[in-house]
Amino acid sequence: MMQSAARPEGPVTADPRDALPDHLPALRAFAISLTRNVSEADDLVQDTIVKAWSNIEKFTPGTDLRAWLFTILRNAFYSIRRKRKREVADPDGIHAAGLYEKPHHDGRLAMTDFSRAFDQLSPEHREVLILIGANGYSCEEAAAMMGVAVGTVKSRTNRARARLGQLLGLAAGEDVLADEAAGTLAVMSRSGTQAA
Amino acid sequence: MPANEMTKTSAKSSLQSQIDENLRRVYEEALKEEVPERFKDLLAQLKAKEAAAKEPGK
Repeated sequence: MMQSAARPEGPVTADPRDALPDHLPALRAFAISLTRNVSEADDLVQDTIVKAWSNIEKFTPGTDLRAWLFTILRNAFYSIRRKRKREVADPDGIHAAGLYEKPHHDGRLAMTDFSRAFDQLSPEHREVLILIGANGYSCEEAAAMMGVAVGTVKSRTNRARARLGQLLGLAAGEDVLADEAAGTLAVMSRSGTQAA
Repeated sequence: MPANEMTKTSAKSSLQSQIDENLRRVYEEALKEEVPERFKDLLAQLKAKEAAAKEPGK
């Protein structure tokens, strides 16, 4: 049972669980982004800590611990949501968008407007935007965490950005959605590079 | 008309950078929040429990 005592001391042999406190703020921020509800977020973080602690042997040392923790947290989040079932299935936030009154303004985004619009997104859209837009994970890394194809991450990110733009009542966002409806999403992303 | 088109295109990329900037702000705001003590307590409990379980029986 005893592990070899001859292993050299150092960060490599350290228990990865010792690093858990360092990741608590990020874990909680991610949970708040997903749930938009602090007490729900805290339950989720607590659940994640216990799961991470007791399943640490499944973590590959030297890989991204935060990404591993994020994966546990988002899986717990979606499994709780599935169990509840009382929520309307609304991955693209269509239903939620209908409940939202479009603000009448243009120009720069006000922070409060942005937060309100962000709240209206589906958790799937908030998730992908927080992982990629705010945390700077690549589509590949996000795909691994979310357990979906890279292409799904890319299209979901585009849709999430377009939806946000639409919720914010920005003209450009409306254009993006119009383009998507016309099935010219690929053209749109190409036109972005041609614009220069 | 062409000027209008150009405005639209630049509005798109500016929209995206504004969205990302705001996303980072929303996330950083959440990051700044004080982590409740109960999580540190929980970690300490888990650690203590495991140490007790590993203690060779005397």
